[in-house]
Amino acid sequence: MCLAIPGQILSIDSTGTLRMGRVDFGGVIQEVCLEYTPEIAVGDYAIVHVGFAIARLDVIRAKEILETIAQIPTE
Amino acid sequence: MQSTDFGNPIHVESLVRQIHAKSTRPLTLMEVCGGQTHAILRYGIDQLLPPHLRIVHGPGCPVCVTPAETIDRAIEIASVPGVIFCTFGDMLRVPGSQSHSNANDLMHAKSQGADVRVIQSPLEALRIARAESQNAAPGSMKRQVVLFAIGFETTAPATAMAIRQAKELQLDSFSALVCHVLVPPALDAIFADVDHGIDGLLAAGHVCTIAGDHPYHRLADQFNLPIAITGFEPVDLLRGILNLVEQLEAKPTSHRVDNLYEHIASAEGNLQAQRTVETVFAICDQHWRGMGSIPQSGLKLQPQFASFDASSRFPQGKLPGEQPSCCRAADVLRGKIRPIECPAFGTLCNPNHPLGAPMVSAEGACAAYFLYQALAPLNISERTPSKRTPSKRTPSELTQSESLNPKDDLAP
Ligand code: SF4
Repeated sequence: MCLAIPGQILSIDSTGTLRMGRVDFGGVIQEVCLEYTPEIAVGDYAIVHVGFAIARLDVIRAKEILETIAQIPTE
Repeated sequence: MQSTDFGNPIHVESLVRQIHAKSTRPLTLMEVCGGQTHAILRYGIDQLLPPHLRIVHGPGCPVCVTPAETIDRAIEIASVPGVIFCTFGDMLRVPGSQSHSNANDLMHAKSQGADVRVIQSPLEALRIARAESQNAAPGSMKRQVVLFAIGFETTAPATAMAIRQAKELQLDSFSALVCHVLVPPALDAIFADVDHGIDGLLAAGHVCTIAGDHPYHRLADQFNLPIAITGFEPVDLLRGILNLVEQLEAKPTSHRVDNLYEHIASAEGNLQAQRTVETVFAICDQHWRGMGSIPQSGLKLQPQFASFDASSRFPQGKLPGEQPSCCRAADVLRGKIRPIECPAFGTLCNPNHPLGAPMVSAEGACAAYFLYQALAPLNISERTPSKRTPSKRTPSELTQSESLNPKDDLAP
């Protein structure tokens, strides 16, 4: 139950009592509460835990991390 | 952006090589996240490290630290006629304290007729309560819906939102049995023991995503402890381990808090979530299974939400205390021993007959060791226990063809 997993925001619905979004987890679409990520927009990746987006994944920063590792010389 | 990029074998190999190059002396590193425990064992990350680097597992699984008395209470409430008891699936088989009774876990209570439902989100419990109250015939009793609210800082905001909504909607048929726990006070309890034997800490990134990194700065200063905040994919974990090795091999050694989950967690954490948690919950002392009472390590409902407290809504009978047992979960949770060092591991205690909670939950350290012990590191295609190479592997034994695909594990 502890995992927090990334999914891509497909659409956002702010008309109900809670701000909800449809999120794509590699083909599995689920409804997720977006109340804790007011900054998140369609197309962004959210980190989702027990039905709640808890953070926005900074894709550019993540790519930079991987590039830094890839640049380490393999003697 | 695929999460699988953080499992790329080329990156894994590069990081493993750097760890081997930089690590010169024995070190014990602790992680405190069930997801990390699971990933370390599943990908055999422990076996890729130099033999003198030891990884131990702290109290990182909220399922495992939920007290037996709380399980007893959950069974008692779930068994009240008319109650719909909503729980995360991991809690179903966690044994309570009545070792000889016929309903000692929620699964058993369900088989005896209790309406126990597995949910993925606290909002599902709320949805069930709304549907039940809308569908109830006029004048008839509404069915009570109880949420078993467990988890760390990461999960508490979800519970808080469900309870806040229930109050706004005046859903008097909804309540929660709350057993949320906070990680830093438990770490205080571990590191206050002068013989803790731990050199560095991998902090769980998703806990910091909510709570921020400030509790860890105090821990680092107070206990001279280097801390790496990281996630639970192979690249995350290896970056964390490399960071701790670098801090500990430096002369003089350093004890910084480094955030290696910076693409997800900010220094201040999720402020909206923190605010909602503070609105709904107050901090209280809390009993941890295997660790005893830890000051200021739990959450209880604030007075204005007290009417949603299931433990006061449902009458309580006499609950037996926890029975003595040979289970060494207390030592496992404090990083004193690894599960394989427990004499009962794999013999008296196994997932079909768990003696302690860490053998039940998929994220419990004992269950993770049992499940993945027999697997070769990084050989993800081979899921059934077979021959996990007993010797440590060198990075050169890693090939690109060994696919690392954590994604199937990530399906919600
Ligand atoms: S192996 Fe079983 S008995 Fe031993 S510590 Fe783990 S849960 Fe307890």
